[in-house]
Amino acid sequence: MTKEEALFKYTLRLGDDALIVSQRLSEWCGHGPILEEDIALTNIALDLVGQATVLLEYAAKVEGKDRSADDLAYLRYERDYTNLLLCEQPNGDFGATIVRQFLFSAYQQFMYAALTKSSDEQLAAIAEKSLKEVKYHVKHSAEWVIRLGDGTEESHQRVQASLNDLWRFSQEIFFEDEVNQTLIEAGIITSLEDLRADWEGLVKRVVEEATLTLPETKWQLDGGRKGLHSEHLGYLLAEMQYMQRAYPGMEW
Amino acid sequence: MTKKEWPLYEVFIRSKQGLSHKHVGSLRAADETMAVENARDVYTRRSEGVSIWVVESKNIFASDPSEADSLFEPADSKVYRHPTFYDVPDGISHM
Repeated sequence: MTKEEALFKYTLRLGDDALIVSQRLSEWCGHGPILEEDIALTNIALDLVGQATVLLEYAAKVEGKDRSADDLAYLRYERDYTNLLLCEQPNGDFGATIVRQFLFSAYQQFMYAALTKSSDEQLAAIAEKSLKEVKYHVKHSAEWVIRLGDGTEESHQRVQASLNDLWRFSQEIFFEDEVNQTLIEAGIITSLEDLRADWEGLVKRVVEEATLTLPETKWQLDGGRKGLHSEHLGYLLAEMQYMQRAYPGMEW
Repeated sequence: MTKKEWPLYEVFIRSKQGLSHKHVGSLRAADETMAVENARDVYTRRSEGVSIWVVESKNIFASDPSEADSLFEPADSKVYRHPTFYDVPDGISHM
């Protein structure tokens, strides 16, 4: 694998993560539990679709096959998406959305922080801008995990169930293959293993403060990075791609 | 199940350094920390501010509207309290 191929695939992964979570969060628009949280969730969705835009633009440029960011976002098939399985999981109740966001944003925060030191100037610049946004996503979702976990009996039980449910997707965050290896050797990224201790530390701290328990289960899923998705992604894409599929090339 | 409402908070935003915080509205939140976060999301998403204050609405003690005539009307007849009897020298702007 050449450095350019790896850089394209890696940037696409980061872009797909942001794009798919953003699409999920935008489903909350008009359905938030309260007006304030409705705006908070859609603000995060907007931050993430912004990150997806610059990442996919860069991926398209690196690929050099005359595809645009929109082509990548709207005109690929399910198997071509390389987002984490965690990102595509359904919203569930508000607590499930918050747990998903916390696990994902915590990863993004440490990943972007490392990427700001990348020798690839474009990636470093994207990381620096995104990091400011993501720090708030972590803060907001962590505050909610704590309040729901240490809230009422029902909120505790629900958010614990969401954590148990989503935990099996969490280790895929650290999945590495030839793409990572090639870029690590080129000095563009660092190993995801370097983030693991920080990520686990933050998750443990918040989960403990929320009086929740980390699941013991060692059973973990992966496949997202290889385009092998859960059943949920197809439905998400059907909705997200509808306009471009029905009216090719439409703009507004 | 009883439905408990979150407390109401009043939100004050400082739009830039050097100006004072101004009341912009109110919102509900679980506690002060979340009130600041909600205020950030609801009231500063178009770069309206550099600082946020929140205070629980119940902590604001307000004047009684029915006493308005004794509180405020007496001031109406005291025009001399406005500095309008001075000539402002040329060259002084922003007065």
